[in-house]
Amino acid sequence: MATATSSKAASWDPAEVKAELLKQYPPKVARKRAKQIMINEALENETPEITANVRTIPGIITMRGCTYAGCKGVIMGPTRDIVNLVHGPIGCSFYAWLTRRNQTDAGPDGENYMTYCFSTDMQEQDIIFGGEKKLAAAIQEAYDLFHPKSIAIFATCPVGLIGDDIHTVAANMKKKLGDCNVYAFSCEGYKGVSQSAGHHIANNQVFRHIVGENDEVKPGKFKINLLGEYNIGGDGFEIDRIFDKCGITCISTFSGNSTYDQFASAHTADLNAVMCHRSINYVADMLETRFGIPWIKVNFIGAEATAKSLRKIAEYFGDKELIARVEEVIAEEMPAVEAAAAEVLPRTDGKTAMMFVGGSRAHHYKELFNEMGMQTISAGYEFGHRDDYEGRRVIPEIKVDADSRNIEEIEVEADPTRYQPRKSAKEIAALEKAGYSFKHYDGLMPDMDKGTMIIDDLNQYEAEKLVELLKPDIFCAGIKEKFSIQKLGVPMKQLHSYDSGGPYAGFKGAVNFYHEIDRLVNSKVWGYLQAPWQRNPQLSASYNY
Amino acid sequence: MRKIAIYGKGGIGKSTTTQNTVAGLAEFGRKVMVVGCDPKADSTRLLLGGLSQKSVLDTLREEGEDVELDDIRKKGYGDSWCVESGGPEPGVGCAGRGIITSINMLESLGAYEESEGLDYAFYDVLGDVVCGGFAMPIRDGKAEEIYIVVSGEMMAMYAANNICKGITKFAQSGGVRLGGLICNSRAVDNEADMIEELARKLGTKMIYFVPRHNDVQRAEINRKTVIEWKPEVEQADAYRGLAKAIDENKNMVIPTPLEIEELEKLLMDYGLMEA
Repeated sequence: MATATSSKAASWDPAEVKAELLKQYPPKVARKRAKQIMINEALENETPEITANVRTIPGIITMRGCTYAGCKGVIMGPTRDIVNLVHGPIGCSFYAWLTRRNQTDAGPDGENYMTYCFSTDMQEQDIIFGGEKKLAAAIQEAYDLFHPKSIAIFATCPVGLIGDDIHTVAANMKKKLGDCNVYAFSCEGYKGVSQSAGHHIANNQVFRHIVGENDEVKPGKFKINLLGEYNIGGDGFEIDRIFDKCGITCISTFSGNSTYDQFASAHTADLNAVMCHRSINYVADMLETRFGIPWIKVNFIGAEATAKSLRKIAEYFGDKELIARVEEVIAEEMPAVEAAAAEVLPRTDGKTAMMFVGGSRAHHYKELFNEMGMQTISAGYEFGHRDDYEGRRVIPEIKVDADSRNIEEIEVEADPTRYQPRKSAKEIAALEKAGYSFKHYDGLMPDMDKGTMIIDDLNQYEAEKLVELLKPDIFCAGIKEKFSIQKLGVPMKQLHSYDSGGPYAGFKGAVNFYHEIDRLVNSKVWGYLQAPWQRNPQLSASYNY
Repeated sequence: MRKIAIYGKGGIGKSTTTQNTVAGLAEFGRKVMVVGCDPKADSTRLLLGGLSQKSVLDTLREEGEDVELDDIRKKGYGDSWCVESGGPEPGVGCAGRGIITSINMLESLGAYEESEGLDYAFYDVLGDVVCGGFAMPIRDGKAEEIYIVVSGEMMAMYAANNICKGITKFAQSGGVRLGGLICNSRAVDNEADMIEELARKLGTKMIYFVPRHNDVQRAEINRKTVIEWKPEVEQADAYRGLAKAIDENKNMVIPTPLEIEELEKLLMDYGLMEA
């Protein structure tokens, strides 16, 4: 394995690749991009500072999404019994309708609005005369049809431009309806530099309007919240299966296969386990400050990572039975995983992968590739911040720029009656002394090999150039990159929506992933393709600057 | 057909000046259409003898797609055509988008066709150039000549200078030109000289000085232009003079906007008369 990997890695020099990526840019653009392209020093070395969460340079075809996509699509989209009403022209609602493949189980109540597409369908007249009345009417109509517990309103770009006061409309309708919680998100697509702003806006409003609404204590001995898991391709179902088996009660998931009531009861859990650090750490911090629930970073992508995360949760509760049960479950689940890994390993060992996805996914999936003997030669996030690359220790040094200031930061204080530290200072200290870390995330960089390339906010041009230069065996990103990469003859796996596959989380998910990647990297179908112009170029030209 | 837009600071008297001038043009046989580009829809009140015009946007909202030219324009004094773009009530929606929509609607309905026999189309535009919508009349050749109504007050001159910046921007891509400044007197010190100097610095001319007179107010109370209300008064002649000045004006320029320091110096040099 080591020989195959190193021979491939030795064939290119990362400094040359970086220079090649920057060569086409005008000097100023090249200077800016250079700060977002890092050659990883890795392992124990001092990681260099990367520039992240800054504006994409105009003219660059970025992989990023918009703030509305982050708020409506990512955070609120997977919740089944909240009517997600998009205030704007129809496209924003239509193209955010089930496209992330968040799965749901409608449960015994059968309440599930995810399959519906709610929109105020603004027309030119509504832009000119204002859309507030139409929005109020739409809320009323949705309420009359479905009587949901809750209606969430999402602002699209034109709503922000014409200044519709969606928060007042929401407050008035909440009062009028009486038994339906109505709130709004000012998540206009143009806000912030990427979808990350939308996550933050969603976190704030969920915490402000929903969390803490239901004080009823749910049964269960070991109660946790799973934050930043979105049940894409059924990931959440697999994680729930494992939790059930271990005897861990998941009070709420933010927000895969979730319900309004889960958010409302989140403050009754005793531990927050954070999967996607980028999209949800704000809620984790706020739950700790207001209610005294500590948080830890976990990862259920990769069988080893899953086992590690389960042990971490068990160790927190410090219950002998739970610790033993978790070990039993791991021992029961691992043989099937190991068998699958052993079966694919001869075909996948030494292959290379690139991942440019999410604000945590590029890190999480590295685990699965490791288990298959595959090296991640280049990775990066679309919307990560510096702490997602370099670890939370850099947070105090992160410059707060005008774009970040534009996104509300809410002040949270300890709840006067409901704040209750789940662990005493002494217990926390004892756990930490034993090597346990709370509120801790080291980021992607320490896990990447020396000399690999970490690139923030990769774009179309650089993606194609990277594939051309480094020829990975597989490239992972989202739908926008799917076909341009495949046209280069390289298999492409979507790690946002999983194409049509999944789950890839937990133990069973790992097995699915091994088979899927084995199938992709060993199929030559894309490599055989040749476009007509590759055989017969009719015209060739070059630019002269 | 000459297409003219009137801009100027809010409250400077754009609508009053436009309608009185249109009355003057109509009097000597010119066929004119006035398009009010203000959500308040009060740009044609004097020509129509009261506020009875149904706006383009209201019509569009009520009738849907099926709108005819006669639904949105009305005959006013001297056979002038009067149109009000209209728009949302204050504080909601997007009035700028409304103006874009209604001008496009007028075009598609053929209001500017040769068969209409228009000599002039006037756009009376709200306040300063605040957004893309309010710049609509000076974009894409909708209006070719701009006249700025100004007085000797600092803020009016400041607004005039700002509007010139807008014109300069669109003049490079389209054919819009500044026709001149119209001084609507506030009877401040040294007003005519000062505006003439401002015009000179902007690279244009003060094409007319409209004196301040109470007859304007009296005519307005009667919902009429001065020319219609009392054709024999002095102020009626002033508007006839302005109409003639516009009709004969051939001096179309791309303005050269001033720096703010220059503008303030102008005020210091001309605005302070020895007491």
